[in-house]
Amino acid sequence: MPIILHLTWKSLMNRRATVILTLLSIALSTALLLGVERVRTEARGSFANTISGTDLVVGARSGTVQLLLYSVFHIGNATNNISWESYQKLASHPKVAWTIPLSLGDSHRGYRVLGTSTEFFQHYQYARRRNLEFAYGVPFNDLYDAVLGAEVAEKLGYQLGQDMVVSHGAGKVSFTKHTDKPFRVAGILKRTGTPVDRTVHVSLAAIEAIHIDWRSGAPLPGMNVSAEKTRNMDLTPRTVTAFLVGLKSRIAVFQVQRVINDYAQEPLSAVLPGVALQELWNMMGVAENALLVVSWAVVLVGLTGMLTAILASLNERRREMAILRSIGARPWQISLLLAGEASILATFGALFGVCLLYGAILAVRPIAETSFGLSLGIGLLTSHEWMLLGLVISAGLIVGIVPAWRAYRLSLADGMTIRI
Amino acid sequence: MNSTEQVIDITNMEFSWRSGDHPTLAIQAMNVSRGERLFIKGASGSGKSTLLSLLGGVVVQQQGSLHVLGQALNKMGSVGRDRFRADHVGFIFQMFNLLPYLSPIENVLLPCRFSSLRRGNVLKHGKNMEAEARRILGHLDLTDNKQLNSPSIELSVGQQQRVAAARALVGEPELVIADEPTSALDWDRRQAFLELLEHECTNQGTTLVFVSHDASLESMFDRTIDLSKINHATPGQKG
Repeated sequence: MPIILHLTWKSLMNRRATVILTLLSIALSTALLLGVERVRTEARGSFANTISGTDLVVGARSGTVQLLLYSVFHIGNATNNISWESYQKLASHPKVAWTIPLSLGDSHRGYRVLGTSTEFFQHYQYARRRNLEFAYGVPFNDLYDAVLGAEVAEKLGYQLGQDMVVSHGAGKVSFTKHTDKPFRVAGILKRTGTPVDRTVHVSLAAIEAIHIDWRSGAPLPGMNVSAEKTRNMDLTPRTVTAFLVGLKSRIAVFQVQRVINDYAQEPLSAVLPGVALQELWNMMGVAENALLVVSWAVVLVGLTGMLTAILASLNERRREMAILRSIGARPWQISLLLAGEASILATFGALFGVCLLYGAILAVRPIAETSFGLSLGIGLLTSHEWMLLGLVISAGLIVGIVPAWRAYRLSLADGMTIRI
Repeated sequence: MNSTEQVIDITNMEFSWRSGDHPTLAIQAMNVSRGERLFIKGASGSGKSTLLSLLGGVVVQQQGSLHVLGQALNKMGSVGRDRFRADHVGFIFQMFNLLPYLSPIENVLLPCRFSSLRRGNVLKHGKNMEAEARRILGHLDLTDNKQLNSPSIELSVGQQQRVAAARALVGEPELVIADEPTSALDWDRRQAFLELLEHECTNQGTTLVFVSHDASLESMFDRTIDLSKINHATPGQKG
């Protein structure tokens, strides 16, 4: 009924101030709902894409999730290290195809420094079995060579061949620095959207070298071995933090896992990355669902606000309804006027919410990426998001039935009699 | 539409708001013929609003017969009565007749949006809708182009009543019912409004039923009916 739609529109425009507030509350709640949903899926996606092609992650005995977090995501710290001997022994297991040692503990201006071997650049895979690629340079070759993740290079403005100093500890501000042994940027990796982007990669020997005159996390007083002198010393690592294992055949995964878990010399844990990720999700699931429930509650509040506004206006509009009745409008047309109002508010509110969402994503994208490693896409709405949007709008339409029904009753009772 | 000379024909009609109650309105006979300008005098409580609701087909009588333009309204369904009202009857109320958020022109053309018959009547003469609205408004001394296109709420009360009259007249309905349309106007404006309204009704051959408690207006009409005299119902609470 175009005339009814036309009247609804005109009437809404006439009450612009309230209408804009109502639209805003619906828009904000919709944006929140979609935002939570997007962060949720993006977080899951970026977690899931972080590691692939690795059959086992091995570290000192600890929880599955904790091991995965510190070794792959560089979140938190290891409780204990693995001795070099154990690593060597397990790495030479006949079923093992390759291993990537991981040694964590140092940082460079807030970015983690990872001691590893060149196997890392060969075997580490992310997303759907993608290998790391170099944007510039090559893997580390010299003892004091470093390979930077894409973000480290970009944010700190490093070029190939530049010098950099590594700090002790994982904090952003560090008081103890390995100033005596500077590194040279040998390579810069392409962006992966994983923690690799935020990591400085050096050789295991380099980690050993910068700590050669240190004991128990502090430099030994009076002992200062120069960078050049260190080159001639024994730089075999004493420990590694964790290591990734690739098997010759995936069928052996549980067998090798048992071997590692039952390793007598040292308490170790081997976890399947997929299983650990699943466990991580289950843990996050509770928080995720709580967040989702809250955002639905906010949508409900927004729609209730709309209902309140429409119902409050209903009494003032009884005159309008009586006039329309006298002109020949049927009661159902009067109720359509109110239902139409709710639909317009809900639809435009929800669409406005989508705009707010994109605005918010654009605004927080840089922060989300650097602080939480979360790359929020500004792609089109997914089918799931369309469905949520549809749900919000349908909920608005359902809410609109209430004033529509009331208007129907009122216009039947009032007829053409004008009541103020 | 039909050729009957009786626009309103009431015989032994009784109506009560709640069935079983004493009737609010009981009229033995009342006739209004085509083109007539009838003044219905009625104090509040005389059953005025009830009569108008019956004539408009918003409610139907329990007893007797009521024909408007030869049609028995109680034989139609509620949808039919709404359509009948949209097609054949124009209403003017006491005050605040307009939808404040529509312009005077949009207000005038509203009945044509609800009745294809009245829209057809306008287009039949080869006029476009807006030109017709402007024509009637012009006859009622409303010509300011800026005013005609801004929200009606900016008009004075007298101007608003003239827009309401134009709305009642657009698309040539056979019957215009005015319910105290002048009560908010001062004496001079009252005279002027009535003259304009009567003139337009005569032009279009429209039957005018004018309801008011103000006996001083009587002289301007063809005939007067005192509602309190023809209504035999015991005075109820409803007006």
